Amino acid sequence: MEWFETWGLTLTVFLPVVGAVLLGFINKENEDALKRTALTFTVLAFLASVGVVVGFDFGGGAYNTYQYEVNETWIGAIDSNYHVGVDGISLPLLVLSTFVMVLAVIYSWNHWDEPKNPKAFLILMLILATGMNGTFVALDLVLFFIFFEIVLLPMYFMIGIWGDKSPRKVPGFSKVFETRLYAAIKFFLFTLFGSAFMLLGFLALYFESGSSSFGRTFDIPQLTELGSQGFFANPTFAFFVFGAMFLGFAVKVPMFPLHTWLPDAHTAAPTVGSVLLAAILLKLGSYGFIRISLPILPDEARNWAPFIAILAVIGIIYGSLACLAQTDMKRLIAFSSVGHMGFVMLGIATLTDIGINAAVIGMVAHGLITGLLFFLAGSMSHRYHTREMARLGGNIKLMPVMGGILAFTAMASLGLPGLAGFWGEFMSLVAAYNPLDGLSLGVFRTGMVLGAVGTVLTAGYMLWMLQRVNLGEPSAEWEGHELHDVDRFELTAWVPLIILIVVIGFYPKVIFDTTTDAVTSLVEMAFGGDTTASITSVVKGS
Amino acid sequence: MGYEIDYLALAPELIIVGTLILVLVLDLILHRENKYWTATVAVAGTALALIPLGMLAINGETISMFDGSYVVDEFALVLKGLFLVAAYIVFLMSHHYIESERYYQGEYYFLLLASILGSLVMASARDLIVLFIGLELVTGPLYLLAGWRKGDVKSNEASMKYFILGVLSTALLLYGMSLLFGLTGEVGFTEIAAATASLSAEPALVVSILFMLVGFGFKVAAVPFHFWAPDTYEGAPTPITAYLSVNSKAAGFVAMLIVMYQALPGASDIWAPALWLLAALSMTVGNLSALRQTNIVRLLAYSSVAQAGFMLVPFAAAAVADANLEEAFGATLIYLVIYAIMNLGAFAVVIAGARKTQTGTLEGWSGLGRVDPILGVLTAVFFFSLAGIPPLAGWFAKFEMFRSVMIADPATIALAVIAAVNAVIAFYYYAKVVKAVWLDDPVGEFADEAAAAPAGSLRLALGVAVALTVAIGIYPSIATFVQDAAQVLATGG
Repeated sequence: MEWFETWGLTLTVFLPVVGAVLLGFINKENEDALKRTALTFTVLAFLASVGVVVGFDFGGGAYNTYQYEVNETWIGAIDSNYHVGVDGISLPLLVLSTFVMVLAVIYSWNHWDEPKNPKAFLILMLILATGMNGTFVALDLVLFFIFFEIVLLPMYFMIGIWGDKSPRKVPGFSKVFETRLYAAIKFFLFTLFGSAFMLLGFLALYFESGSSSFGRTFDIPQLTELGSQGFFANPTFAFFVFGAMFLGFAVKVPMFPLHTWLPDAHTAAPTVGSVLLAAILLKLGSYGFIRISLPILPDEARNWAPFIAILAVIGIIYGSLACLAQTDMKRLIAFSSVGHMGFVMLGIATLTDIGINAAVIGMVAHGLITGLLFFLAGSMSHRYHTREMARLGGNIKLMPVMGGILAFTAMASLGLPGLAGFWGEFMSLVAAYNPLDGLSLGVFRTGMVLGAVGTVLTAGYMLWMLQRVNLGEPSAEWEGHELHDVDRFELTAWVPLIILIVVIGFYPKVIFDTTTDAVTSLVEMAFGGDTTASITSVVKGS
Repeated sequence: MGYEIDYLALAPELIIVGTLILVLVLDLILHRENKYWTATVAVAGTALALIPLGMLAINGETISMFDGSYVVDEFALVLKGLFLVAAYIVFLMSHHYIESERYYQGEYYFLLLASILGSLVMASARDLIVLFIGLELVTGPLYLLAGWRKGDVKSNEASMKYFILGVLSTALLLYGMSLLFGLTGEVGFTEIAAATASLSAEPALVVSILFMLVGFGFKVAAVPFHFWAPDTYEGAPTPITAYLSVNSKAAGFVAMLIVMYQALPGASDIWAPALWLLAALSMTVGNLSALRQTNIVRLLAYSSVAQAGFMLVPFAAAAVADANLEEAFGATLIYLVIYAIMNLGAFAVVIAGARKTQTGTLEGWSGLGRVDPILGVLTAVFFFSLAGIPPLAGWFAKFEMFRSVMIADPATIALAVIAAVNAVIAFYYYAKVVKAVWLDDPVGEFADEAAAAPAGSLRLALGVAVALTVAIGIYPSIATFVQDAAQVLATGG
């Protein structure tokens, strides 16, 4: 399997786009061929990523060593290389991405939002897959930027063409827009704004590295090495570069107060679009923090950490309170993402191994759980033709299986111990009690308390949603309506998610075993590894 | 150096001259139905001229003729290649457009070839006189071509505006040049550079430089000298608009930069702030005006004003900060090349789309993507590329532009921030076109399938443009040789 060492990641990243090109040649009317081709290529990409897992050396090694590395010249003129590789942090996210993509294709088998056109939709999905997989393996800042941006176009079209067509009044405009148009452009402009500054940050790193032994470089491992040696110590420089990259990543996560695109985009997007947005796209931002911001500018990360923690906690509380004010089920789930990603960012801000481990498992869990919630919301509005929770009561009586899965997922989302959502929340609160030495204990411990209040609020709105949607008597308007319970495509797409949520919940070691070495050595390399509590004690405690 | 003539080095120009005469003669001989042969000859001649160009490029020698006034080096070759390829695409776009509307085909191709000849001469010009002749040969025929749709008042207006403002700018340019000659007694760029080194505070030099900048500003439609552009672009036949916004703009651009860079490096404290201002104004005013446009050609007109601003950014920033002009020149050149390709593609889409929708308004284009998905995809490719979205070629142009402004200097940082904000604004109106094509429901009637299918030559133009846009976007290394060419100018000039 020598060849797989060099080709494994390239296959994972580019198989979907090869599929997209092939789809272009298949007749629009031939839906079966279209779906089968798309499924084949997403499954192949998934298998390639599984192959990467199989051959992965979990022994790890020091941070900043990558496996399945490929490093070839790409744009010689700007010293940018096609440099890809995985380590324990990116591997779970890569597999999550390829895996959810397969489920999304299966789900869309018989779920097409208007105006249908499976060919175009599947092509966009496959391009999206390439962008997402690529971001998780890119080890060159320019390459990372390209993949990070590639996801914008397909998502823009998904929201804009297949999105919610209801009218929406936009403040400041006399005209009434269709929700999809408003949400699509808002999503694009926010992200573009962030990434323009992110690019300036990358360029600044490139020029600053010019006086190092590497010469000007965009290479992430090289920049990481320079960072850990304190090469980018100039405080003004580090402040502006970290700030520029912060803008790019924080918009994507999204962090309060840059989150406002998210509820609109999620609510307006077609079901599969929301699932992919929630499950994978949001992770690109938090992954960027872990992979780029922290290791390359560790000293500046210390300065920014309290600020990030405060924003994260505001996000948790604000997201939960906003959920309590929603009447639209999908919008509620969208706002819950703001809260959950708040926990992820709180974990990252502690700059400890526990916190960053919490962030990675939190990202995976949020991907699985919120992905499933959006699937459910999509399927329900497909049947009821409404997402108003006030009209949906008694769902479990009308559709027992669907209601059951919804109840299960809501429990997972509120962080019930034994399900995947628990670990991310719990551990990031643990980490916030004891952040990296030198960070303000006051800020982080207050954050921990408020975060804990946030978990209660999360439980509150999730149960409240369940009560309104699932319980009670079905409204009279559904009488005589033929409401099909879960069909086989939905089950095929959802059962793997349910299984994983339980598996990770009971046995988080599957994730931690992969991430711990990389995370511990990352913290050691960047922040001196002076962490008080060891990750193993927490994991063993489970 | 000397007066010997290297015929291989002049071969591209000679071939174009030959083609031009052949077209004129054929136009006299051929019967009306057979006039399309003039187009074939013009296209073939342009393609043929690329062959000696390739040979010269492989040879790689710098050939200097006419006592250094006319130089064929890597830089000139890159530009000539750009002008010829762009002209080739414009011919492909013109073919069906001109034939179906029964315009004067022979004269059309004759004039266009003359303009192309001008751009080839301009690329090699290394003194003021040759430069001026080349530049005027580019614009002269265009005054006529802009008014080619004789029956249309808008086209008459286009031609008239372009002519009056063009002549005014020529006069200013010439006056500026004559002042420079009067001050230094030289016309060659290198000689002027040597002579002006001691003159930087001379008021006449300041006046001369400002006059030349105004003259060039008109040619490239930089704000505040851009007022002719939207009307002329809208009224002129679309292939001519494409030519105006690519070849003629590029010629003006290169002329301006080459004069500043080679002849007046010592006076950069005079022209650098002016260029900074032109760049900032062009980006901002161009983009803000484009936001409100409802006609696609006018939108592209303002977009090309704004893009000119982006192109000026590297050069202006480097000059203001006294940094390395070579890299900046390279960034401007690569931007120019990528812009040429994607902008020609956008205009080819406009021609095809206008046939399909029978209109040039954004509203009329609503839902085009559903009726003609291929055209819809092409629209998305070219307009998103203009917006600089990866993985389309435009991202690399923007990237190089930003890369060249990363200089720690307050004025450049300000320019970088202005450019970053403008990049986001620009996205909005480019996306507006894509939104109309894909996201909006159809409003108007579409022409039926057979009548509106793009002609073969137009398809070829679209194919070439889209292939280059995607290929450069994914693997920019195939285009970066352009940047090296700028360094030849710095060291060899």
